[in-house]
Order: sequence, then structure tokens, then C-alpha cells
Amino acid sequence: MSARQSILPLEVRQLVFEASGTRLLHDVNLSLTVGQRTVILGPNGAGKSLLLRLCHGLLTPSSGDINWRGAGTRDRAIRHQAMVFQRPVMLRRSAHANITHTLKIRGVARSERRERADAALALAGLSSLADRPARLMSGGEQQRLALARAWITEPEVLFLDEPTASLDPAATRAVETLIEGFHTAGTKIIMATHDLGQARRLADEIVFLNKGRLVEFSPARSFFENPETEEGRAFITGDLLW
Amino acid sequence: MSTILNAFSEAGALLASFDADFLAIVGLSLRVSLSAVLIACLIGFPLGAAVALFRFPGRGAVALMLNTFMGLPPVVIGLLVFLILSRSGPLGVLGLLFTPTAMIIAQAILVTPIIAALTRQTVEDLWREYGDHLRSLDARPLDRLGTLIYDARFSLTTAVLAGFGRAIAEVGAVMIVGGNIDHATRVMTTAIALETSKGNLATALGLGIVLLVIALAVTATVQVINAIGARKAAIV
Ligand SMILES: Nc1ncnc2c1ncn2[C@@H]1O[C@H](COP(=O)(O)OP(=O)(O)O)[C@@H](O)[C@H]1O
Ligand SMILES: [Mg+2]
Repeated sequence: MSARQSILPLEVRQLVFEASGTRLLHDVNLSLTVGQRTVILGPNGAGKSLLLRLCHGLLTPSSGDINWRGAGTRDRAIRHQAMVFQRPVMLRRSAHANITHTLKIRGVARSERRERADAALALAGLSSLADRPARLMSGGEQQRLALARAWITEPEVLFLDEPTASLDPAATRAVETLIEGFHTAGTKIIMATHDLGQARRLADEIVFLNKGRLVEFSPARSFFENPETEEGRAFITGDLLW
Repeated sequence: MSTILNAFSEAGALLASFDADFLAIVGLSLRVSLSAVLIACLIGFPLGAAVALFRFPGRGAVALMLNTFMGLPPVVIGLLVFLILSRSGPLGVLGLLFTPTAMIIAQAILVTPIIAALTRQTVEDLWREYGDHLRSLDARPLDRLGTLIYDARFSLTTAVLAGFGRAIAEVGAVMIVGGNIDHATRVMTTAIALETSKGNLATALGLGIVLLVIALAVTATVQVINAIGARKAAIV
């Protein structure tokens, strides 16, 4: 995954997003590099999902730039990224077929697909559910399947939008373990969450958003121990008014 | 009342007799309508999905045409096809008028807009759900199309059945381009029209009942297969 030059760093400059006349993201500036697990933290409606979708290329900025500095001009940066959504998109197929579908889309030869899908399912602890229709699986199983599906694309960057927001603690732990696996394998993690505990467990650095503005961007330790802003402090202590 | 009772015994007699002429008529009806539906699917699925997914010049015009043609009376389509296939028409040299092929063409034109329009709606709905994932994968347009049509296959059966219903039941188009020629282009609906005009109401009604039973049998078979498949794939 890291043999080639990475598409990182990601440079976000003066990013603005507006919808129907309302400014939802104001002048966001960010520079994200290889190795750090970045957690985008903030209350509901802060703009976390918008920021992730803009960075991944699912939305077009109203103004400003999103630049993958390491990406060549030869292929598209999104090909080196994957995204896992809060509500996983499950194809109307078996768990196994959900993965082979991705392999097919990415041009993997038919003869290799089965084996690679088996390996990804095993990694996510879903081997026994390979033939289960994906839409009949539990929320936690679906999210693990979404991660297995992302895994086989060998992304350099993995976006996660509140992947555990509707999961119980055990399922949450399983998902976090898989995320750690990506990190260990060299994938850049960029995850949105409103869950302080999760941010403490996973983050190397915090992007703290509130009301569509980037309020703080700092190493996780200093953010939690010594936030630079009143808003950051209020969010950590649970007193943020909005 | 007695006509209706007679009709049922006529229908029973027809079904029981295995009369060669009658079976030929039933066979041709099915052959023409099923062929037309097959052709309509081959055109209507990708066309409907493309209108749902892609922005291309003329997209609005295509959508308008689909909706208009969906409601066109079969006789009008029959007339258009007649004009095109008649000896002085643009495709007259093919000599297709008054053949089953002409009937298949007319019914395919009749059914394609129905299948395409229903496909467009189904695919649009599914895209709302799958769009993020397929765009995140950077799937090529044809892969998006293929994924959506494949995963919508159980909902699309409804479109296919609607198309088949329209084809097997219509009389105007096949009458005009087929000519209701005995042993050549006579199908159940044109036979019913003929018997009615001759005053053989019981026979006409008997044929009508048989038509109904066949349509029901086809629909029921497809729906059962569909329900089993859908349950296996956990569509609902
Ligand atoms: N397409 C849109 N049109 C209008 N408002 C939107 C749209 N998408 C998001 N919003 C609004 O933008 C704000 C930020 O949304 P979001 O990024 O989803 O927040 P978060 O993920 O942090 O909870 C919310 O107030 C939301 O209602
Ligand atoms: Mg969100």
C-alpha cells in the first residue's frame, strides 16, 4: 500500500460549501499528512459529513481548493480512497457478492475474486456469513462488511463517517479494531465522530468543527488536555451550547 | 346469461379439445407477445436506466417520448408500423407486412416505452440508495448501469409483466399490421374480434376466458419465481 508515492498530503484551502443560499462550511483550511489518524470531531450539524464528502469528491466545493498533493495526473485520486458511511450501503446480494462486486468494478480478474473476497471476509470475521444476504445482517456485521469491502481496494486513505453511531459497544469495538488494522497497514484514517470516547481512543490529531467552522486543529493529546478555544473546552466538558 | 354459460362450456371445450387451429392461435399469441417483450426489455432496460443516470443532450426529449408512447393507443402504433412496412413505405422492400414479424415489431414499439419508463423510475430510486457507494468506487458509467439494473431485477419484473399484459391483450396493432389471416397471423385477440363480429358471442367469450387464463398463468409463474428469487437475495 505504501510502495508507491502516496496521494497525500491533502491540502484544503479556503473551502466553502453553500446549499440553497446558506453557507454550511466557512473557509476551512487544513493540511493532512501520512500516518496520523485524523478525527473530525464536533456536535451534530457541525459540518463533519459535508467536509468528508467534499474531501472524498462526492460533493463539489462552492469555492476553495481540495488538493491531493501527491496524486499524479495519471489517474484519479478517488481511486486511492475508500469511504464507509454511517448507514452502510449494502447491495442486494450476499456478503461475498458485495465484495466481488467491488473487485469487478476495480478490474480484478474473475479468477482472483473469490479468493480475495474470502480473505477479506475472514479478516472482518464474517466467513460464516459469506452467503448471507447483506441486507439481512445486523448493523455491526454490515459495517464490518463495508470495511472488508473497503479493505480489498487497498486504499491509501479511508474516510469514515460516524461508522459506529448506531452500534452497540461490542460492535463498536469490533469496528474500531478493524480501523486500527487499516492504520497498521499504512492507510490514512480520516474519521468523523461526535463521540468523545471514540475520538480519545482513535485520534492522533483532532479537527474540531462547530457550526460549519474549523475551530481547532491540533494533536489529540493537546486538544483533550488543553484545548485552545472556549468552544473546544465546552465540547469536551459536554457544555457546548448550540 | 345463457351466453355467458355457453362461453364457459365453449372455453372448456376449446381447452379440452386440443384443436390444432386453436393451439396454433394460442401459440402465435404467445410467440408474438413474448418476443415483443423480450425485444422491449433489451431496449427498455438500458434506455430507461440511461435516462435515469446520465445527463445527455436530448434526454428531455427521450423522456417525453417515452411517456407519450406509453399512452399511445395500439391502433396508432399499428398504423405507423403499417405505413412504414407497406409496399410504398420506407421499409416496404422487406415484405414484412402481414407477417408475425410485423406484429412483433408493432408490439415491441408498444411495450418498450412502458418498460423503459418503469425502469427509469426504479433505477432512479435505487440510485438514491447506491449512488454514494458507486461514486465512491469511481465505477464507470456502464458498471453503474449494470449494477443498478441487476440489483433492481426483482422490481423490474413488474415492468416486464405490465409490458406483457399490454402486448397479449392488445388487438389494434396486430390487427392492422398482421391482418388476422387464418393460419398465418391470427392471434387470440384478433380471433375474438372476428368471432364477435360474426355474432358468435359464446365462442368469442370462450376465447376471451382462455386468454385470461393464459395471461394469469404466465403472470403467476413469473411472480412465484420472482418471489422465491427475491427472498433468497433479501430484496425486501
Ligand atoms: N444538501 C444540503 N442542503 C442544505 N443543508 C444541508 C445539506 N447537507 C447538509 N446540510 C446542513 O449542513 C449542516 C451540516 O451537515 P452535516 O455535515 O451533515 O453535519 P454533521 O455530519 O456534522 O452532523 C447541517 O445543518 C445540515 O442540515
Ligand atoms: Mg454527519
